[in-house]
Amino acid sequence: MQYEAPETLAAAVELLAGTSGQARILAGGTDLLVQLHADMTDPDLLVDIKKIQELREITNVDGRFTIGAAITGAELGEHPDVKKIWPGVVEGLELIGSTQVQGRATIGGNLCNASPAADVVPALIAADAIVHVAGPAGRRQIAVEEFAIGPGKTSLAKDEIVVSLSFPPRGERASDAYLRFIPRTEMDIAVVGCGISLERDAHGICTQARVALGAVAARALLVPAAAAAIIGTSLDAAALDNLAAAASTACSPIDDKRGTIEFRTDVAGVLARRVAKIAYDRAG
Amino acid sequence: MSKYHVTTTVNNDEFEFLCEPTQTMLDVLRDELNLTGSKEGCATGDCGACSVVMDGRLVCSCLVLGVEMEGKSIETIEGMADGDDLHPLQQKFLDHAALQCGICTPGVLVSAKALLEKNPDPTETEVRYWLAGNLCRCTGYDKIIRAVMDAAKEMRAA
Amino acid sequence: MDNSLDMQFSAGDKDLNYVGKRTKRPDGVDKVTGRARFGADTRLPGMLYGKILRSPHAHARIISIDTSKAEALGGVKAVVTRDDFEDRESEFVPAGEMMVNYRDMVRNIMAREKVLYDGHAVAAVAATSVSIAKKALKLIDVEYEILPHVIDVCDAMTPDAPVLHEDLITEGVDPVPTKGSNVAKRIEFKLGDVVKGFEQADEILEKTFDTKPVHQGYIEPHACLASCSESGSADLWCSTQGQYLVRAHCAKLMGMEISKLRVTPSEIGGGFGGKTVVFLEPVALALSRKTFRPVKMTMTRDEVFRATGPTSGANVRVKIGITNDGKITAAEAELKYQAGAFQGSSVQPGCMCAFAPYDLQNVDVVGWDVLTNRPKVAAYRAPGAPISEYAVECVLDELADRIGMDAVDLRLKNAAKEGTQTAYGPKLGPVGFVEVLQAVKSSDHFKAPLGANQGRGIGVGFWFNIGGETCVSMSVNEDGTLTLVTGSPDIGGSRASICNMAAEELGIDVEKINPIIADTSSLGFNFLSAGSRTTFACGMATIEAARNAIDNMRARVAQLWEVPVESVIWENGAARPASSNAGEFDPMTLPEIAKIAPKTGGPISGHAEINAQGAGPGFGAHMVDIEVDRETGHVKVLRYTVVQDAGKAIHPSYVEGQYQGGAVQCIGWALNEEYIYGDDGCLQNSGFLDYRIPLASDLPMIETIIVEVPNPNHPYGVRGVGETPIIPGLAAISNAISDATGLRMTALPMSPPKVLQALKQAQA
Repeated sequence: MQYEAPETLAAAVELLAGTSGQARILAGGTDLLVQLHADMTDPDLLVDIKKIQELREITNVDGRFTIGAAITGAELGEHPDVKKIWPGVVEGLELIGSTQVQGRATIGGNLCNASPAADVVPALIAADAIVHVAGPAGRRQIAVEEFAIGPGKTSLAKDEIVVSLSFPPRGERASDAYLRFIPRTEMDIAVVGCGISLERDAHGICTQARVALGAVAARALLVPAAAAAIIGTSLDAAALDNLAAAASTACSPIDDKRGTIEFRTDVAGVLARRVAKIAYDRAG
Repeated sequence: MSKYHVTTTVNNDEFEFLCEPTQTMLDVLRDELNLTGSKEGCATGDCGACSVVMDGRLVCSCLVLGVEMEGKSIETIEGMADGDDLHPLQQKFLDHAALQCGICTPGVLVSAKALLEKNPDPTETEVRYWLAGNLCRCTGYDKIIRAVMDAAKEMRAA
Repeated sequence: MDNSLDMQFSAGDKDLNYVGKRTKRPDGVDKVTGRARFGADTRLPGMLYGKILRSPHAHARIISIDTSKAEALGGVKAVVTRDDFEDRESEFVPAGEMMVNYRDMVRNIMAREKVLYDGHAVAAVAATSVSIAKKALKLIDVEYEILPHVIDVCDAMTPDAPVLHEDLITEGVDPVPTKGSNVAKRIEFKLGDVVKGFEQADEILEKTFDTKPVHQGYIEPHACLASCSESGSADLWCSTQGQYLVRAHCAKLMGMEISKLRVTPSEIGGGFGGKTVVFLEPVALALSRKTFRPVKMTMTRDEVFRATGPTSGANVRVKIGITNDGKITAAEAELKYQAGAFQGSSVQPGCMCAFAPYDLQNVDVVGWDVLTNRPKVAAYRAPGAPISEYAVECVLDELADRIGMDAVDLRLKNAAKEGTQTAYGPKLGPVGFVEVLQAVKSSDHFKAPLGANQGRGIGVGFWFNIGGETCVSMSVNEDGTLTLVTGSPDIGGSRASICNMAAEELGIDVEKINPIIADTSSLGFNFLSAGSRTTFACGMATIEAARNAIDNMRARVAQLWEVPVESVIWENGAARPASSNAGEFDPMTLPEIAKIAPKTGGPISGHAEINAQGAGPGFGAHMVDIEVDRETGHVKVLRYTVVQDAGKAIHPSYVEGQYQGGAVQCIGWALNEEYIYGDDGCLQNSGFLDYRIPLASDLPMIETIIVEVPNPNHPYGVRGVGETPIIPGLAAISNAISDATGLRMTALPMSPPKVLQALKQAQA
């Protein structure tokens, strides 16, 4: 195995495009090293992208945040502005693993892992984030909900790299939240995850919302019906019931070692209610 | 497998070593630098026994490649005491009997030190969540939490 | 031991300087600085790295193993398979609280005719680097004939179940079966007449419970380093609960004389019973014997889960009858325990402990030892007892409800006490169960109010505790310090307790004592650090060795003073005249005596070789408050109190530590821990990510109340405290969930999906 740590995006893309064997991108390594250890992957080339400046930056241009793909959970959590505007995205990333893992695990890595249970992804989908990708043919953008195409599979070509995620500007009365259900209090993979971003008007009526669910299908889902259940309401009991029902209806989970179909379907609704209330309160 | 030449700093000492690209920092610390205080409990980032601080960040050394140590500054359990002058956390762990078998202890201490550097006055809940990635199977964590809280108090007073 | 009566005195008879004090642990500094050497921390020049190829199948016949390609790989120095281990006779010997059979052991360390579980060792390689060893494993071709497998204990008992060992004939049933099955053994313990007992009952409740295998979960994976010499002798360094048993097993499996094998125990990173057997050690020796180079082997966490012993999963039926005023009239149980791939589950102690907390007239307990395609079980802290006592304590709790009696009062009414005839054999001596229950009732916790969706539960536990073969040697050094040599690995602070007792006896500063845990060639045989025996038995031998050293020093002083030895007593660290009749002499302190030892007969030492008898049973109770999230089934532990009779807490901090650690293992077992198998019979959660042991953030502080009802058979009253704390919590948590929700969960773990499902069913 060859290890390279290029300092420019162009060099990284060139390395990926130039290899005939299997290449893997190394960011935080919190999944890749586990796979290496378990002999689940045996790449010929490892491209460490952490020395590429653009991937390590957080910028804010007129309220539009761009977060470099190699920003870690710990770094995002320490950024005062992102946390104020996108608390749900930050809590999604910060829920991944331990304090130690937070020091390494990156926002781009969690996305590229394409796990249906990835914690930051429902929050990113709710936030309507855009994935910026670089490849030999230049740059392109992908809506975050289209990025993963199945468990472990992304829409990236072999020689493409995720550069950053960008976020739309926010209104004043807007916020987001993310919750997951796990058996313990930390360290587990989400059994169900839910991210909601919403905006309310001066009267407390929810004017816009995006609801996303994780770990209830082959990839994280955007659930427009769930959003529709709360738009135009002040999150009264009936709206929350409708939200929960829509969230549960959208689920097509599997039975596995982490949870059952029935459990995931039920809890998706429960979490949707809880997350909506948090986001709504934050937005007020 | 050809090896990579790496220059790094561990506990303020400069080291050069050769490592395979698949070797982790934990492998390097233990097998190449003979710093066996960091322990392997899982090699998957789930137990925290290999915790070290790299350029000011708490990480699992099992989840960092040896080649990534190039140019970095690493702090391990071996650098925590100053000669025979124990760090207050180390002393409090002894005073509170916060260890039984002791295998998780180096990782817990390194983590706790990183916490107190970031947050000198943590609540019990903050200590518990910060240390959630440090598994201990012997103590039930009770005495560990007490020792960390007590060390924090003493360090604040100092 | 023969002179145990001479050694008796009540701990309250004099002021104690060290016993009962929170002294500094002698190994502490090395463990907080990273200096302490654990199993994987030893290296030798020229060392090779060993790795094991493991079965990907739950059950398969091995048609062939071709190692030629692996052997041809550069850097590979040796490969071993079943052909490198001689077959052994079926012979049972004790190991910890369990019996081992060498015919089975040789098959468990390396599969022979068949692989019997996912993770079963098939071949091993020694190479110059780990990466070469791993590459070599991929070059070994094993041809398997896959066989149907069986994972569940009840399934394994059915007549058409796949059979692991065709020649296994069930013991203890009449008539003797004519064909092999997975049922190794039936055992029964009876007292009185349960049929009559149930006739006298006003209320009878019968329930069946299921538990899943759980792993000891020590954080240190198994590790060893073996070095065989051309001379036929060998050195082995390993992390173990008993270096002498490792020596015995390895010598047997390797066909070596015991004196030729020296086993040095490292510091041990947790065991809980799981490090009482051998896995890697014979394989490393075999690889080293082929190469005459040191071979180091360490398991990955995945290997630890797949291939080392968890405890049994079980199916337990309990039936109890009581009168309306709370007297238990009859108690019956049937225990089906998984043994894993080879016979020898912990069903026997499970049966013995099931009803042992109670003073009963009519008891009938039947146990079944059942094989399944899982790793062979190993001891896990009070092996067998948590499972059976969990079921009993749940049924009792419901019966208390039915007759409207407080759950603690019901237990008090039936509590075992001195003179109670147990169903498993002996009459109990003085025990502290009533005192434990009274301490529960008078605790703050017992009286604290509960909120909505919260519940409180209690459960109790009994464990025998054991003694066993123990040697201790101590040298009085020329500067007045003491070197204390024991042969019991220190799993949880036992060196501190042992030093407290030695200092107490000798009357010297505890910090003048340096304890060493010996290798097998430096001290005589010691049984395992298991069964809560170390502080009891090793302590007893230490006291005897100290008294032996004191006698030695008294004799030296008597010689100097020219008085009979009876005229010299030992008090406060010095030899003194027994009375004024003995003459007027200034006391001689230990350092003074040590300094002139060359002139009084040479080096001074003390030693003891005993088979410690008279371990005192340990009783405990756990009380827990939980809160149930009714929408997700999540159970949060809010408050937890452990009350247990220690006999005498030699070092209270480490006694509390045992209570707290055991309680948290209960919490894990009760709520989340389990072995999860796929339809293919392979383990799906062989890592700490999905085998969910409790985290710091899951827990409250664990309160402890140490009750001290001395064990009359130990000089300071020690009972042993390590095992009992893992017993009461399973039922306490189940009872608390029942209190909060009105639901009785009958299967462990009570994980969120199961709790939520039960809540939904109750609502429907």
